[in-house]
Formats: sequence, structure tokens, C-alpha cells
Amino acid sequence: MSPDPAHDRAVDGGAGHAAYPPVQVTSPTFVGMPKFPKAARAELANAQQRRNLRHATHTIRDKRAHVVAEVDDWEALRVKGADAKDEALTHLADYLERLEESLTANGAVVHWARDAAEANRIVVDIVRAKEVDEVVKVKSMVTQEIELNEALEAAGVSAWETDLAELIVQLGHDRPSHILVPAIHRNRKEIRDIFVREMGAVGRPAPEDLTDDPARLAEAARLHLREKFMRAKVGISGANFAVADTGTLVVVESEGNGRMCLTLPETLISVVGIEKVLPTWDDLSAMLQLLPRSSTGERMNPYTTMWTGVHEGDGPQEVHVVLLDNGRSHVLADRVGRQALRCIRCSACLNVCPVYERTGGHAYGSVYPGPIGAVLNPQLRGTASDIDRSLPYASSLCGACFDACPVRINIPELLVELRGKVVEESGPTAESAAMKAAAWVLSDPRRLATAQKAATIAGRLTGGRTIRSVPGLGAWTNARDLPSPPTETFRQWWVREHGNEDA
Amino acid sequence: MSARDEILSRVRDAVADVTTPPRASTGTTSTEGAPGSAGSASAAGSASSASSAGSAGSGDGAGSGDGAARGEGSARDETLDLFAENVADYRATVVRATGEEVPGVLADVLSDLGCRSLVVPSGLDPAWLGRLPDMVATLPESEVTSHRQLDAVDAVVTTASVGIAVTGTIVLDHAAGQGRRELTLVPDTHVCVVAERDVVHDVSDAVTRLRPSPGSARPLTWISGPSATSDIELQRVEGVHGPRTLVVVIVADPAAAQVADAVDAPGRGH
Repeated sequence: MSPDPAHDRAVDGGAGHAAYPPVQVTSPTFVGMPKFPKAARAELANAQQRRNLRHATHTIRDKRAHVVAEVDDWEALRVKGADAKDEALTHLADYLERLEESLTANGAVVHWARDAAEANRIVVDIVRAKEVDEVVKVKSMVTQEIELNEALEAAGVSAWETDLAELIVQLGHDRPSHILVPAIHRNRKEIRDIFVREMGAVGRPAPEDLTDDPARLAEAARLHLREKFMRAKVGISGANFAVADTGTLVVVESEGNGRMCLTLPETLISVVGIEKVLPTWDDLSAMLQLLPRSSTGERMNPYTTMWTGVHEGDGPQEVHVVLLDNGRSHVLADRVGRQALRCIRCSACLNVCPVYERTGGHAYGSVYPGPIGAVLNPQLRGTASDIDRSLPYASSLCGACFDACPVRINIPELLVELRGKVVEESGPTAESAAMKAAAWVLSDPRRLATAQKAATIAGRLTGGRTIRSVPGLGAWTNARDLPSPPTETFRQWWVREHGNEDA
Repeated sequence: MSARDEILSRVRDAVADVTTPPRASTGTTSTEGAPGSAGSASAAGSASSASSAGSAGSGDGAGSGDGAARGEGSARDETLDLFAENVADYRATVVRATGEEVPGVLADVLSDLGCRSLVVPSGLDPAWLGRLPDMVATLPESEVTSHRQLDAVDAVVTTASVGIAVTGTIVLDHAAGQGRRELTLVPDTHVCVVAERDVVHDVSDAVTRLRPSPGSARPLTWISGPSATSDIELQRVEGVHGPRTLVVVIVADPAAAQVADAVDAPGRGH
């Protein structure tokens, strides 16, 4: 590798590499997204969604608590999981090279992508070379992040989502609202209507007598998708883990659609974020205990598939792995912030978050919602947009997310860091102006006395009435009443009662 | 600069503050295995490598460390009972049987489920299918040429590589008797015969036993109950795309094998 003077600037987030900026380009889907409080207000008005979310988050939360309590030493396991990820992240280049070597030795083709556009180009090229007009997909956060489906669509290739919830979202021309259960904002009746209306246009229609019984709906999805599984030539997946020393990729799932996509097609393309690397095979031990219990609240998820390159005579005989940066190296450069890359996308933090429970996932303006999204999005995309600047404030900092996180990401700490960053970057604001003014007043007793005198005059004028609104502090005073200033300050009271004894 | 070199150089620069070297085991000897037991292959080898890898740090902190061959008979029985209980907890059907009973059990299970056709993995003990009712047509793995052909088959019978007690999981490595992956995926019923000696206590034990051997890694499928979804209003529905019916037959080890296991595992778990 030859040293390139340009890359230093790129890593620093400076002007560096124009073609491949260190942070992600915010996708067109979310560019115009209003900031969190505004988006949240709209979501909060949806009573059905709030009921669904409350039910879902509480149910999964309780299940998780139950199976976590079964494990003798959950805390030690969390430490082990965090250590394995930290080891991988702090020596990421070494482990990525190792992973590439192991994958290649086992017959896989490894590609590298600096950003979403490059990853999409690589995948589209492979798919085009196969001369197919459709692919089947395993639910994957990273392909949503890079909007691969849209890129394939633009290339004339239909990408069929095969996870039940993703299918509901796709057929409903909708967006996912939860990492684990992306269609949780929909109820059974809506799902039935979507299936009846949409399935026929893209494949086997829903049965005519379809009811809204979840078992019947799942059966309809089974029939609809089985056709697609049987004929698909290309499968696309992400990976939950990529083991550097063996070259093994791991996909953890429940429905069996993952196994279908990973087994039946002739060609398999897996897009893997570079932070998914685990140093060694043994690290799977902690991860396979932490992930299912934290995610679905099960001792183990129904299906886990592990494959190591090409297995002769079994499954896809052409295996591609696309290793994706897309802002991750930028996050890694932040000594405090890099812990967010430990995330294994379990969604435990969503289910315990009082803010997520009320607003749902859409308000976060990203495929990564909830507390981890409030951290990851501004980290990955920078803080140039309204939504990304507002996300660090989408939290009460109660700390429940840190307690639930299986890899001990200190989300509240990261949120506070990011708030500091946002304030620094955004220059003078009402808040920072107020803080500066307060510092100026408090630094001199005479100024303080004058200010206090002015306040008590205001207090006499308001006559003890509650102040409901102060110009310039709208957001604060909308939700809170400001106590009116007292008619007399402590200093004035002291002077009145004790004369000028010691002052 | 290529994407590869640029990404590697970005992540190197990003952690320039880190001074610790990578963990010792990341060199070229990823699968050092068990030096003391070099040469022992497959089943016997995995038992001995379990103890060495445990001492290398993978076993501690994850609860009850040891695996297949726990020292005492009662602990072993507890592990087997736990396995049966946890598999059943996923609403899979569990049958416990002796080796001689397997053909009868398989015949009963398949006819109870109304299976009319069965795909048979290469390497499955032919004696096991000796008592199938005449109405069940069998299709050998070697004659399967398309997914659609499998889609028309009702059931598959396989062995498994490992059973995990704490999670109620069976793991297939798709070696002889287990079929290539699609065999246990497309048919709607999967009957899996697990030998007691392959049941380990927890996930750590299984990970240790299943470590891929360099150059001949096998695909692995971990199965915990039938496929399921909770995507619609969080109501659990069994059976979406994988087999909707899972039957696990746990086969007692022959008396001689139990003695051999006990002798095989001196000093483990203490």
C-alpha cells in the first residue's frame, strides 16, 4: 500500500477525498426529514401506533428480562461480548485483512466499498452479470442503510424482501419502524388489507378468503414467497457476524426465510459492515448467548446459518462478500464514540426506551431508530441536517438503554457528547447566549444585584402570576411554567432584616 | 488508491491512539486445537479439544462450563433432561428412545403425521427406515435434482451433530446422515435423531466442538424449534418458511458407549 497524503484529511473529516467523504451521504429518503421533535409530534398523534408500540416494547422487554435472569453471570457475558467487539474494532485493519484471507481461501470473492454508492454498484454489477431480473433478500439493516433495493430497482431488478415484517413494509410502500419487528406499527387488519391489495401485483395473490388471523396471514406469506424462493438465482443478505480467523459468516433469524435465501440460490451476495468482524471463532460463544436473549427474548432464535465461503455441492456455489465502510471508519476515529460500533442490532435499547415507546421508529429519520439510532445516525452521517442535529436530544438520559445493551454501549454518555458537539458546531443560539449572559452576570456581585433588582421589579409587576411564555424560550416554556420572580431577593431580605451588618 | 487500501488505511488512522497489540491468538495459528490430542478426528477429537479450548478462556464466565461428558452420571442426566425439556419448550415434539427402538419410533412418528413421502440423506443408517409403512415413498438424496422436487416431499429424517441442553438447540453440520442444507429446509416435517453422547451442556461447549477445521469447513444450521414469527401484533405463529413440524428423537447411548464416555473424560468439570 502506498501512502497517500490525501487520505489523512479524508479521515479527519476535512476537505480530503471529494468522491468518498468520510461520513455517509444522507439518503434522499431522509434528507427533508424534519427534526425529531416535529416528527415525533406527528407520530404521537397516532393512537393506534402508540398502543401497538406500548404492547410490543413491554412484551419483548418482559421476555428479555426473564431469559436474561436465567443466565448465571449475564454481566460477565456482557463484558466478554464488549471485549470481543473492542478487540476487533481497535485492531480492525488486522482483522479485516485476516477475514479477507480466510474468505478467499474458502472460495468467496471479497469486495470493498467505501460508501453506499460503491456498494450498490458492486452488487448491481454482480446481479447484472447473472442476467436475472429479481433477487431474494434476507432482512438486513445494512442493505436498508445503503438503499440497495432502490439501486436494484433503478437497474431493473426486483428485490423481494422475504422476512414477514419486511414483506408487509415493502408491500405497504412503507418504512420499517423497529429493528426487530419492522411492521409493529401495523395491526392485523391493515396487514390483511395490504396482502389482499398488493400480493397479486408482484406474484402469487393472497387467498381470496384471507382473514386477519396471524396464522392465516403467515400462511399467505409462505405461499407467496415460496414461489420466489424456488426460482431465485441470486440471494442477498447481510451478516450478524463475520469471523476473521475462520472466514465464517453468521445470519441469525426466526422464520426460515434466511435459510431459504442463503441456501437455495446459485449466487449469494452478502453486504457486511466492517464493524461486524469478530476476531475468532470462540467469540461466537458470547455473541450467540447475548444476541437472541437481548433481541427476541428467547434462549436461542429458531435458525442460525453459518457458512464459510463456498461449500461444494451444498448451497450457493458463487459467494460474494462486500465489506462496507460508509462512515464507520469516521465513527471509529472518535475515541469515545467508537463504542457505538459494538452494536449488534439487537434492539433491546428500543424496547426499554421511554421516548421510543411513545414516538416509534419513524420519527428518528433513519433505518436505525431508538437510542442507538440517536447516537449512530449523527455519528455516521454527521450533524449537517436538522434531523441529525436534533437526534442527540431524543432522549431523557434515563440510562435504561445502557443497562439493556448486551455489549455495554454507554448510550447516555454518547448522547451527552454529541449534544456538546451539536452546540459547539451550531454557533450562537438562544441557549448558548443565555448561558453566556448568565456567566457574565454571575461573575460580578454588582451586576448580580442590579439584575436581581430588575427581576424583583418584574415580580411585582406580574403580581405572583405564573409566567407561561417567554419570548425566545418557546420550546422550554411550552411544556413548563416558569416560576415568577419573587418580589424581594435574598440579599434584599437580608439587608432589611439584619441591616448592613456584614455586607 | 483502491477501496480496499483506502478503507484499511482509514481504519488504521482511526485507531492510531491504540497501542496494545492484537490478541495473541490472531496470528496464523487460528485453529491450534488441542496440542495434546493431535490427530484425533471428529467425535473423539472434539471432546478432547473441548477441554483445551476451555482452558484457553472460552469456557469461563458463561455459566456451567463443561460439556458432553460431565464427570458424574447425575449431572449428565440433568443435562439430558434439560435438553429434552428445552426442545419441547419450543413446541417441538420430543421422543426418547433406545437405539433398537429408533426404527419403530420413526415409523410411528411419520405415520402419525400422515407423511406420504420422505427424502433420505446419504449416509443415514438404512436400518432406521426398516419399518416404514408401505405408503411412505422414499427419495434418496442423490436423486434430488431440483428444489421443486423437494418441495413435493413431506418429510426428512436426519441425524444431528450437536445438541445444546441450555438452549434446546440442535446443530447440523450437514455431514453424512444430515443431508445437504436444502433437505432440512424445504420439506414441511423434519425428524431429527440426536444421540445422547452428542448433547452438550451449553452454547460455549457447542461452539468449541463445532470449530471449523481449516480447509474443510462445513456449513452449520442451528435449529431451535420450528420456524416462527411474531411479526404480526407480536402474536407467535409457528411455521413460516422452514419445516413447520420438528420432531427430535433422543437416542440413549448403548451401555458400552456410556462407559467409554466416562473413561474418556477424566478430571473434566473440576
